[in-house]
Amino acid sequence: MKQLTSNPFYKFVLFPIGQILAFILGAGITLSVLVILLAYIFRGSVTNLDLVERTLVILPKVLIDGITIGFVYATIALGYTMVYGVLEFINFSHSEIFMVGGVVGVELLRYLEAQGALASMNQYVVIALAILLGMFIAGSLAVTVERVAYKPLRNAPRLVPLISAIGMSFFLQDAVRLILGLTTGEFNVILPKFGTFDEFQTFNVPGVAAPVQLQNKTILLIGVTIVMLVGLNYLVNGTKIGKAIRAVAQDRPTASLMGINVNFIISITFLIGGALGGAAGVLFALKVTRLDPFVGFFPGLKAFTAAVLGGIGNLTGALLGGLVLGLLESFGASYLGVFTQGAFGAEYKDIFAFAILIAILIFRPSGLLGQTVGQKA
Amino acid sequence: MGKILEVENVHSYYGHIHALKGISLYVEEGEIVSLIGSNGAGKSTTLRTISGLLHPRHGTIKLDGRDITHLEPHLVVAAGVGHVPEGRGIFPKLTVRENLEMGAFTINDPAKNAERMEQVFALFPRLKERIDQYGGTLSGGEQQMLAIGRGLMQHPRILMLDEPSMGLAPVLVELIFDIIQKLNKEGVTILLVEQNAQMALSIAHRGYVLQTGNIVLTDTADKLRQNEMVQKTYLGIE
Ligand SMILES: Nc1ncnc2c1ncn2[C@@H]1O[C@H](COP(=O)(O)OP(=O)(O)OP(=O)(O)O)[C@@H](O)[C@H]1O
Ligand SMILES: [Mg+2]
Repeated sequence: MKQLTSNPFYKFVLFPIGQILAFILGAGITLSVLVILLAYIFRGSVTNLDLVERTLVILPKVLIDGITIGFVYATIALGYTMVYGVLEFINFSHSEIFMVGGVVGVELLRYLEAQGALASMNQYVVIALAILLGMFIAGSLAVTVERVAYKPLRNAPRLVPLISAIGMSFFLQDAVRLILGLTTGEFNVILPKFGTFDEFQTFNVPGVAAPVQLQNKTILLIGVTIVMLVGLNYLVNGTKIGKAIRAVAQDRPTASLMGINVNFIISITFLIGGALGGAAGVLFALKVTRLDPFVGFFPGLKAFTAAVLGGIGNLTGALLGGLVLGLLESFGASYLGVFTQGAFGAEYKDIFAFAILIAILIFRPSGLLGQTVGQKA
Repeated sequence: MGKILEVENVHSYYGHIHALKGISLYVEEGEIVSLIGSNGAGKSTTLRTISGLLHPRHGTIKLDGRDITHLEPHLVVAAGVGHVPEGRGIFPKLTVRENLEMGAFTINDPAKNAERMEQVFALFPRLKERIDQYGGTLSGGEQQMLAIGRGLMQHPRILMLDEPSMGLAPVLVELIFDIIQKLNKEGVTILLVEQNAQMALSIAHRGYVLQTGNIVLTDTADKLRQNEMVQKTYLGIE
């Protein structure tokens, strides 16, 4: 066992992937069993189609939707939680970093389309370029925001940088609106159609009657986020810089006595968090196909909820919180209507996220996994 | 033997609190110099000022003749000052190995670092047994060993130790002081802050006595031990 756990392939590849799978299976199975039980209990009160049957028919789609948006939340939540781990500060402008990443990615696609290059290029190269550019711009922007708006306030009372972050949020929204207005005259950015990402793959899962349909872009989104999560785990636990990030999170003055340049590590933390947010933005854009300067607000707030749910400052917690929140939201949105016969519907899904935030803050403020700042992911 | 460290007329403040009121001291290569004084005298503040955690308002600090007064801590460390802080400063959620690796953060030579880690383990075999354990789960004595070992990883020109005996059982205090002496014999220059004046002066070459931000006395360690005021105030001899 000892030999296995110190094997790098296990530590940096198998373990994080296993962890992700365990979280998905755990949350997915729990929620599935719960709705099936509920359906079984309430089946008599529904007249036409059997409630259990209706519950089962939509279950695969509900799970897939929940996991997909869960990965988006998890990726954004990591940015909140990393910054919190190092500075004990909630970077409220992170939702705008996410938005900028998405807008930059879509603008690149629109540029390629305008040049007539989009159709002829390999779709995977195109999306890789969009993600990398979104990561680069969002990461650099996050570093700049920290330098300009947070660093001068590092010794100020805790509320002050928080207000600066909220101000930065509005500033970024309006700056993007201004730039879009000046360059395109239109605040909405719409993803150009390209490649085969909108097509579906059909899988026959044994034991499930109807074949399960997965959209190509969903597969892409999940695949790319898993690669990023594995990469982040390696970065934080396997590299010197990652250990320095954890050391700074645990004890800033002592870290500086080790010869660690604390300001540089803080910048790196914002760079990584921002880049993850930017990538999530591009993937989110691919999914929703339409962005505007205010699109970061809800995903950002939900990712923050996910970070708190998992235990803010805890990287594993952000992953777990994101997946659990995504699944809860998807189950809530779909089954509320089914069980109440349409009295309540998907429009209530946002309420789930915020009801969870409030419940967590009241009953378990340290989150599911506790507030283990700087701990191994 | 030249002076490694020279502190001249240093004044440090915490906000309005004037904690160091013109401190001057020096440490020569190969020495153990002890800084003694009661609670709140400014011993830790002196070390924090030298390592750049706190910048003095007046005065200069030189390392090997080079002015390091206004350097940030990570650059002071890179210049060759090791500082084992008061309270040990172990990273609780890093393993023993990772804590030691952080001690060698400025050195990009894996082979050298591995060799130094072995040297640390030779000094503190207990740490090797605990290598994959989190720092926070070590006992107080083990944490002190780890703190000193970590300070040695960067092979500093001068190692500053802030109360290495604090909270340790007498046997462990003896062990730690033996090791400090052993290190010194191997060529490590040491600036030692201690409340345990008896022990500190017994291994030091020279000493300084600090009172409310002023150095009130300095001499060889032997002479300080004979001094009436030192005996009364710090050695508990009437
Ligand atoms: N962070 C701080 N903010 C304000 N005042 C401080 C701070 N740290 C120390 N002081 C004050 O500076 C003075 C010197 O403190 P210092 O920690 O250097 O004492 P010391 O000699 O190390 O004492 P001890 O033996 O108790 O460790 C004390 O009066 C202390 O109250
Ligand atoms: Mg002290």
